[in-house]
Amino acid sequence: MAEKTKDLLFGPIFDNNPIALQILGICSALAVTSNLSTTVTMCIALTLVTAFSNFFVSTVRNVIPSSIRIIVQMTIIASLVIVVDQFLKAYAYSISKQLSVFVGLIITNCIVMGRAEAFAMKNAPIPSFMDGVGNGLGYSVLLLTLGFVRELFGAGSLFGIQVLPTTADGGWYATNGLLLLPPSAFFLIGFFIWAVRAWKPEQVEEDDFKMKPHSRVSDAF
Amino acid sequence: MAGSKDSVARTLTVAFLVCLVCAVVVATAAVSLRPVQQKNQTLDRRVNILQAAGLYQPGMDVEAAFKTIDRKFVDLETGEYVDKPASYDQLKAAKDPEQSERLDPEDDIAGIKTQADVAEVFLARDDAGNLTRIILPVRGYGLWSTLYGFMALEADAKTIAGLGFYQHGETPGLGGEVDNPAWKALWEGKKIYDEDGDIAIQVIKGTVDSGTPNAENKVDGLAGATLTSKGVSHLVRFWVGAKGFGPYLERMQNGEAGDGSEAGETGGEA
Repeated sequence: MAEKTKDLLFGPIFDNNPIALQILGICSALAVTSNLSTTVTMCIALTLVTAFSNFFVSTVRNVIPSSIRIIVQMTIIASLVIVVDQFLKAYAYSISKQLSVFVGLIITNCIVMGRAEAFAMKNAPIPSFMDGVGNGLGYSVLLLTLGFVRELFGAGSLFGIQVLPTTADGGWYATNGLLLLPPSAFFLIGFFIWAVRAWKPEQVEEDDFKMKPHSRVSDAF
Repeated sequence: MAGSKDSVARTLTVAFLVCLVCAVVVATAAVSLRPVQQKNQTLDRRVNILQAAGLYQPGMDVEAAFKTIDRKFVDLETGEYVDKPASYDQLKAAKDPEQSERLDPEDDIAGIKTQADVAEVFLARDDAGNLTRIILPVRGYGLWSTLYGFMALEADAKTIAGLGFYQHGETPGLGGEVDNPAWKALWEGKKIYDEDGDIAIQVIKGTVDSGTPNAENKVDGLAGATLTSKGVSHLVRFWVGAKGFGPYLERMQNGEAGDGSEAGETGGEA
């Protein structure tokens, strides 16, 4: 049992990362990672929502009629997200302003729905909770990496504290503006996936099509 | 058992119970946290106002600093103070046809489409009660988004003391540099009017050479953000112009509006 809990908690970090392997939750990974303080808040919010939605969905999994199961999951997730959003507005106002709509969009984050449907509907509440925390951690590891790189090289700071003196302030570091724009996160996620798959080659998918060896141009005709 | 789990009655019951429980949870969170949230919003707005006025220091007691600031309402057409309830929201009023005016496209250089009839102003005073800053809410379209901010004027209503935006969606690193303290500092001391009394303040492309004529009317553009710079230039000119606070500022310059200590009601709520 202890071994299983460990798997549930730490498996999703590198072995089954929700972003790097399942390619879910990309939208918010692009949007909130331009600085670390919003990234950390988003990671905590998503981990809490995934964990508790898994827990509650699993608790009621035996009474949910299958015809309305998705909407019941959505209702539970949406309620949790609203509660988290309200708490942020009350206790972390400036960060909640920066995150704006993205906290609300946790509702549509594929990771939350995916774990509720794929895991919580079939497993007991406590393992489901652990699975939620684990997937939240997997999401967080990737987001924190993105946030670290993007803020450090895009703005020369970490958590808003200047680390590299930028040329705009008379220092030597010319900031990379691309890193502050959402598309840069695509490149970074790509590099992250590359690194993980180089380390764990079993994650590499099989080719959909096999190319014939030594094919010549004349073979095409 | 499997059959009864999917029966219509069962489905409706489960749906109803889930909704009921979720509604109670959400409502409890929303209602119980509302006072804290409102306090945050008020505080945030006050910090923005103080920042625009150049009166803000990190860690200061915002509540105490705000005691010396009066909130007033101005009829934009006449420039006179009017009474409004403390809950008056200028942005909401601008969307209400009853309380706002649709702007002609040629007047609407700031791209805000509708202008509320009544606007807020904030008057800051020193310890002796003398007017030190006139703080005006401003907004206008940049490149991607509407910029919302405050502009602070010296007591003469002709000199800019500060300009700051609290909400915008301009490109980070380019147009987003409107938040750069070094750029904001350029506004300090700039004159709105030229020698003939016409509105001359503008953001130019490139850097202002202090030797050129009317350098006191010009502010450096943001490198790589021509359209955002233009937007800021337009919104400043709009808000000090005839459709903005023009009539009010004229009264303030002539001393007609008074310093506000006697006219109208002092609304402490911001």
